[in-house]
Amino acid sequence: MAAALETRNLVKRFGGIVATDNVTFRLEQGARHALIGPNGAGKTTFINLLTGVLAPTSGQIFLDGVDATQMRPESRVHRGLARTFQINQLFPAMTPLETIGLAVSERMGGGRDWWRVTGSRREIVDEIVEIAQRFRLTDALDERTSNLAYGKQRLLEIAVAFACRPRVLLLDEPAAGVPEAERHELLATVAALPRDVSVLLIEHDMDLVFSFADRISVLVNGAIFTEGTVEEVSTDPRVRAVYLGESVDE
Amino acid sequence: MPADPIAKTAVPPSTADFVRRSLVRKGRWGVAEIGFWAVAAATLFLLPERHLILNEIAIIGLFALSLDLILGYAGIVSLGHAAFFGFGAYMAGILAKHGFADPLLGLVVSALAAALLGFVTSFLVLRGTDLTKLMVTLGVALVLGEIANQASWVTGGADGLQGISMGPVLGLFEFDIFGTTAYAYSLTVTFLLFIVARRIVVSPFGLSLRSIRDNPLRARAVGIPVNRRLVAVYTLAAAYAGVAGALLAQTTQFVSLDVLAFHRSADIMLVLVIGGAGYLYGGLLGAIGFKVLQDILSAWTPQYWQFWIGLILVVLVLVGRERLTDKAKALRPRSRGRLAGQAKVLPTTTAGEV
Amino acid sequence: MLTILFDGIAYGMLLFVLACGLAVTLGLMNFVNLAHGAFAMAGGYVTAVLMNRYGMPFLATLPLAFIVPAFVGLALERTLYKQLYARSHLDQVLFSIGLVFMAVAAVDYAMGSQQQLIQLPGWLQGRVEVLGIQVGLYRSFIIAICGVLVVVLQLILSKTRFGSRLRAAVDDPRVARGLGINVGLIFATTFAVGSGLAGLGGALGAEILGLDPTFPLKFMIYFLIVVTVGGTTTITGPFLASLILGIADVAGKYYVPSLGAFIIYTLMIVVLILRPQGLFARAR
Repeated sequence: MAAALETRNLVKRFGGIVATDNVTFRLEQGARHALIGPNGAGKTTFINLLTGVLAPTSGQIFLDGVDATQMRPESRVHRGLARTFQINQLFPAMTPLETIGLAVSERMGGGRDWWRVTGSRREIVDEIVEIAQRFRLTDALDERTSNLAYGKQRLLEIAVAFACRPRVLLLDEPAAGVPEAERHELLATVAALPRDVSVLLIEHDMDLVFSFADRISVLVNGAIFTEGTVEEVSTDPRVRAVYLGESVDE
Repeated sequence: MPADPIAKTAVPPSTADFVRRSLVRKGRWGVAEIGFWAVAAATLFLLPERHLILNEIAIIGLFALSLDLILGYAGIVSLGHAAFFGFGAYMAGILAKHGFADPLLGLVVSALAAALLGFVTSFLVLRGTDLTKLMVTLGVALVLGEIANQASWVTGGADGLQGISMGPVLGLFEFDIFGTTAYAYSLTVTFLLFIVARRIVVSPFGLSLRSIRDNPLRARAVGIPVNRRLVAVYTLAAAYAGVAGALLAQTTQFVSLDVLAFHRSADIMLVLVIGGAGYLYGGLLGAIGFKVLQDILSAWTPQYWQFWIGLILVVLVLVGRERLTDKAKALRPRSRGRLAGQAKVLPTTTAGEV
Repeated sequence: MLTILFDGIAYGMLLFVLACGLAVTLGLMNFVNLAHGAFAMAGGYVTAVLMNRYGMPFLATLPLAFIVPAFVGLALERTLYKQLYARSHLDQVLFSIGLVFMAVAAVDYAMGSQQQLIQLPGWLQGRVEVLGIQVGLYRSFIIAICGVLVVVLQLILSKTRFGSRLRAAVDDPRVARGLGINVGLIFATTFAVGSGLAGLGGALGAEILGLDPTFPLKFMIYFLIVVTVGGTTTITGPFLASLILGIADVAGKYYVPSLGAFIIYTLMIVVLILRPQGLFARAR
C-alpha cells in the first residue's frame, strides 16, 4: 500500500545552507507519527516543503502514491494534506462558525459559488456541527475569533485543518502555549482524531509525543538522524545526547 | 464521535438549526436596511428640488461600494480606483457621442470594458506590500489620465468630452434638467448592483474573500486559491466602478479629465472611511455624509472646505476608525440582540463579547 | 543635449533632497507619509515670504527654510505621527492625505492660490559656457549644495553614532530600547531633519518646480517614485533613482513632451512589478 505521505531524497538549500538534507521519509496510512528535533533542525522548512510553500531543490514528495512535488499548495490541500500552525493563523474578525464553514464549503467547491448564501446547503451545516462538536467549539461558535480564550483558539486551529477533511494532518506543536487548565481538553481532542487520518505531529513536548505517537523520527541538522518506535527512540542514547539532553535546558 | 468524558454539556439537537440560522441570517435583510432603501426611494418624491445632488450621491455611493469590495472585503489598498471610474465614464461618453445613445447599452459596455481593465491590472496588485499596491494602483490611474489627456481626438483632452446626448432610459424616460430621471436611473442601478454585491459577500465566495483579508497565509492553507479570488473580486469591483463612472457621464452628459484625477481616488477612499469599510453600507452612508459635509462646509467656507475634510480624516484616524464604524455596522442583522435570543439555546458566552 | 543632461541632474539632485526624508520615514521607519510634500511646500513659502515681504536675501532665507519645517515636523511627530507608527498602512495613508488637504487649503487661505515667484540674486542668474556646454548658474548652485548634502548625509548615516543608532532603532525598536537607545528621540530627530531637508528642497526648487498650494499633491508621486523605485536599504538607491527620474523627466519633456509623464508612470509600474523591493535594493 502506498504511504499516506512520502518523501524521497528531499533536499532544500538556501544559498549555501542545507536546510533539508536528503530526507527520505514515510508516513504510513493511519499512522501516529511524531517528528522531533532540536531548534533549528529544519522542522519548519520540512513542513513548508510538504505543504508546498517552498519548492525543494531536489527530491520528490508523494501524497497517497501520487507525485505532488510540483503541486500548488491549494491543490495539495484538495488532495487531502492539511496543516496547523505553531503560532495561531486564524481569521481574527471571523467567527469560528464562519471559519469552519469557510473550510468546509471551500472543500466542497463552494468558494466558486458567488450566489448562494453560505449555510444554505444541508451537508455543509451538518459538517460544521460535527466538527464544532468534535473540537468542543459549540458554545463559542458565534464569537469573534479574536475574543476566544487561547485554548479555544488552539482547538479552532486544528478544527480548521480538520475541516479540510485531510487524509494527512500535519500538527505543528498543537499544544504550544496552552495553559495547563485547557491543556487536557486539547490533548483529548487530538487523541480522538479518527484513525483514518494519518497524523504527523511536530512537537517539542515529550510527554505529548510519547503519549500520542507510535513512531518517532528525529530530525537533526536537516537530516533524519534516526527513526523508530517510541521505545527505541526514547531509549536511544544518541538521541538523548543530541536532543533530549538539550530539551532539558528549554 | 467517541464518547466525550469532559464535555461540559450535551450538545442540544438544535445546534444544526442554530448554525444554519446563524449563517443564513447574514443573507436576510434587516429592518434598518429595508428602511434605508425605503427612505432612499421616498426622496424621489419628497425632495424633487434636490435630485441633482441626490444623483451625485447615488453615483458616489456606488463608486464607494465598489472600493469597499476590494478594500473592505479583500483588503487591497488602492489609491487609483478612479482608473475604473474614469474608464467607464469615458467609455459611456464616447459611445453616446458616436450615436449609441441608449443608456443601458452604455452601462453594459462600460461595465465590461472596466472589468476587462480590472482583470488585466489585477495581476499587478497580487504581489508586493501595501505600499507597492498603492503605488501601482496610483500609477495605473495616472497612466490612464495621461492617455486621456493626450488622446484628445477621442477624449476631448483637457477640454473634456462634449456633445454627449443620451437617449431615453428604456426608450421611455427622457433625461430632464431637474435630474429626476437621472436620479431615479442612478438610484435604481445602484440598488440593483447593491443587491448583487450584498448577495455575493455572504456567499462562500465572499466568505473566502474576508478570510484572505484577515489572513492570506491561512486562507492558502485551507485550500483557497488566493490569487484567483483576488483577481475575481478586483475585476468585479472594476466593473462596478465602471458603471458608476458611466452613470456620471450619462446623467451629466459630460466627461472631463477630472474623472481620472488623483483626488477622485482619494475622495472615494475618504467617503468609504467616513462610512466605514467592510459592511457595504459604508460607501452609501459615506456618500451621503460626504456630500452633506461638502454642502455645509462649502457654504461656510466656499474655497477651503478641503481643509475641514482633511481635519475630519486626521481626527477619524486618530480616534480610531473601527470604534466609529462598529456602531454603524449594527445596521446589518449581525446585531447582538438577535444573538442574545439564540444564546438561550446554547451554553454560550456571547454575553461577554464586547 | 548635454545641457539637458545637466538640467536633469540638477533636477534629480533637487528631487533627492526633497525626497530623502521620505526615504527614511517610509523606507526605514515603514511609515507611509504622503504629507511629505507639505513640509517641502512649507520651506518654499518660508523663503518666498521672507524674500518678498521682508526683503531678506535669498541665501539668508535658506537656513530658515530648513529650520521652520524641521520644527513643524518635530512638533507633528511628537504629537500625532508617533501614535501611528504601529497602525495599518491604510490608516497612515488616510491620516497623511488628511494632512495634505489641510496644508493645501490652509496655504491657499493664507497666501492665495497663485504661483509664488522669487527673485534670485543676480549672481545666480544667467548661464555661462563651460567646455562648450550652456550651464545655468542657479542649477550649478543647486548641484553643488545638493551634492554636499548627499555626501554629508551618507557620512552621517554610515559613520556616526547617530547613524548606527538609527539603523539599530529601525531594525528592531525593542532590542534598540534594550540597548539603552532612546528610540523615540532618534525617530523624532530623523523625522525633523527629513522635514527640514524637504523644506530646504522646496525653497531651492521654488524657482524650478514652481510653488503654489497644490505643490504637495503635484509632487507626491515623484517623491514616492524616488523612494519605491530607489529602494530603501541605502540612500544611494533613492539618490540614483532621483537622478534617473530627473534626467528622464527633463529629457522626456524636451524630446517627447506628449509622452513624458506617461513613460515615467509606466516605467514605475514595470519596475515595481519586476522589483517590488526597488531597483537598487538587494532582494531580502
